[in-house]
Amino acid sequence: MAEVRLEHVTKRFADDVVALDDLSLEIGDGEFLILVGPSGCGKTTALRLVAGLEKPSAGTITIGERVVNGVSPRDRDIAMVFQNYALYPHMTVYRNLAFGLKERKTPKPEIERRVTEASAILGLDDLLKRRPAQLSGGQRQRVAMGRALVREPEAFLMDEPLSNLDAKLRVQMRAELKRIHQRLGITTIYVTHDQVEAMTLGDRIVVMSNGKVQQIGRPQEVYSSPTNLFVAGFIGSPPMNLLRGHVADGHVHAGELSLPTSAATPADVAVGVRPEDLSIVGPDGPALDLEVDVVEPLGNQVVVHGTVSGSVVETGAEEENDVPMHLEGSRAPLTAVFDPADEPRPGDRIRLGLAPERAYLFDLRTGDAIANEVEASR
Amino acid sequence: MSETQTIEPAAGVERSGDAAPDEEPEHRFLFSAWHLVLLPIAFVMVIPLVWMLVTSLQTLEETRHYPPTLLPSSLQFRNYTDVLQQAPFTRWFVNTLIVTIVVVLGNLLFCSLAGYAFARIKFFGREVVFILILATLMVPFQVVIIPTFLIVRGFGLIDTLGALMLPNLVSAFGIFMLRQFFLTLPVELEEAARIDGASRLGILFKIVLPLSGPALATLAVIMFLWTWNDFLWPLITIYSAQNMTLQLGLATFQGAHQTNTNLLMAANVMSMIPVLLLFFFAQRWFVRGIATTGLKG
Repeated sequence: MAEVRLEHVTKRFADDVVALDDLSLEIGDGEFLILVGPSGCGKTTALRLVAGLEKPSAGTITIGERVVNGVSPRDRDIAMVFQNYALYPHMTVYRNLAFGLKERKTPKPEIERRVTEASAILGLDDLLKRRPAQLSGGQRQRVAMGRALVREPEAFLMDEPLSNLDAKLRVQMRAELKRIHQRLGITTIYVTHDQVEAMTLGDRIVVMSNGKVQQIGRPQEVYSSPTNLFVAGFIGSPPMNLLRGHVADGHVHAGELSLPTSAATPADVAVGVRPEDLSIVGPDGPALDLEVDVVEPLGNQVVVHGTVSGSVVETGAEEENDVPMHLEGSRAPLTAVFDPADEPRPGDRIRLGLAPERAYLFDLRTGDAIANEVEASR
Repeated sequence: MSETQTIEPAAGVERSGDAAPDEEPEHRFLFSAWHLVLLPIAFVMVIPLVWMLVTSLQTLEETRHYPPTLLPSSLQFRNYTDVLQQAPFTRWFVNTLIVTIVVVLGNLLFCSLAGYAFARIKFFGREVVFILILATLMVPFQVVIIPTFLIVRGFGLIDTLGALMLPNLVSAFGIFMLRQFFLTLPVELEEAARIDGASRLGILFKIVLPLSGPALATLAVIMFLWTWNDFLWPLITIYSAQNMTLQLGLATFQGAHQTNTNLLMAANVMSMIPVLLLFFFAQRWFVRGIATTGLKG
């Protein structure tokens, strides 16, 4: 086990595309670090640089005490799990697991011991004689994990290892991964675009966009105090509602909403509201008038989508394949999460309020978060 | 023809799940309009082979009969033993076998190495060199006969089997074909192997080649047929009877004044046996593709 350090790492591809821009990261010994961001943000490139599959254009990468910039992947003592598993199709599960050890001239009894151990941890005992084609998706995923485990490497690198599994299996494997990490405590760098995985698995998460780090922190920290608009829009499911707002007279106004704020400048802000911070309020006081559009009951909660008056703020976290919203005039989409008891119907108009200290403010020009110190409401 | 036959039952099975059962006979009926085209073509293809076989069992008189007799009055199996006695047929057969096997193995090895380098290793001038190699495919053999002859003579190989093997150990076609195939293999497999500790050569021999069965088999069959049937190059470089290949040797049956057609055909039949066997066994390989089964499914 070892710590992994990236210092001012930049990766420029031949066509002058900058995939990573001056990335500095320190992954502690035994830490589970998540790189998360939308596709094309550079997270996979960062992982491949640590693996040695790509060479950095600038900067140094250190594993343990050793600078590994010129070291080939085989000599870095890392193991990688690929998104599509990359199992060797012509080898049995046993030989898939043993391949890395054989290539390193590990003595046979030792190979056998480690393969047995890993297959016990992952429940692969009965599958050792099968070939990848004869395995289900979940089994292949476990073999891919096993191939990394048997190596007993300094660090695990995982590139979206769960993204090809169906939803139920993904939840199971997520817990399994966490269990394995708690048991073995091997330094792990985990790339994902799924922010639920990021939140649940990581000791710390690194939110990336356009080759740059947006925020590094513990999952809860990133969730509750995003440093900029991008992180605010990216982390959280359903994502934070963001409305164009205006600060004047110690209040921030966004559509029909008006909340006291400590912030004075700048005048133009984005007001962020987590869906779960909204609640249905009576007819008095400032509130958002939500026109309910779609209701998604999830059993333990209801997700309500609708529109309010105001205008929406783009964060850059929107994925290319997001469905574009067609909004009339000065309406903005809004999502709220309620208790199932409060389930509204499509077409309803409901009044939503929130505690002033639960509002996030961002500078519209720079996207940076603005401190909003308001005493918790009476 | 075989394609329609294999696809139709599969489509029938798929349909039977959701369609009404009375629709099925339509799919079980194997006759297709294509057969009207394919059967005559097959007939035209088979006739020369049948005629060769028939002629090889006829007497010399029967072969000269006009119109030709398609059924021999008696089966002259001694034509075959006569060939073996009158000419160093066995020797030619062994020569051809040696040359062919060496050329096939050489191509599999060297074309793999070169094809892999062109497919996966980044080096200065890779594209230019590759295009140059491809360009040699466009140069007719007649143009390079003399230079090749001079080079082979320089090695002192004229009138030896070496002259037949050396210039053919690697082929531009093989390099091109294998490179194209290697490019289709998922690169993650090789990256996984690199991280697992395999060297470049290790990756080629332990990961890439085992997954390239269909491509290697195709190349082997093509090189086998090409070498086995080659006539012009042996004709130029081989003089002595004991170093001849089958194709060259068979030509000696055709004299200026008289040709023993029945013996020639008997020799032809024997020379074709390995080629037919090869086709029989290699066919299975062509349809086998396991390269992507280790990836997500």
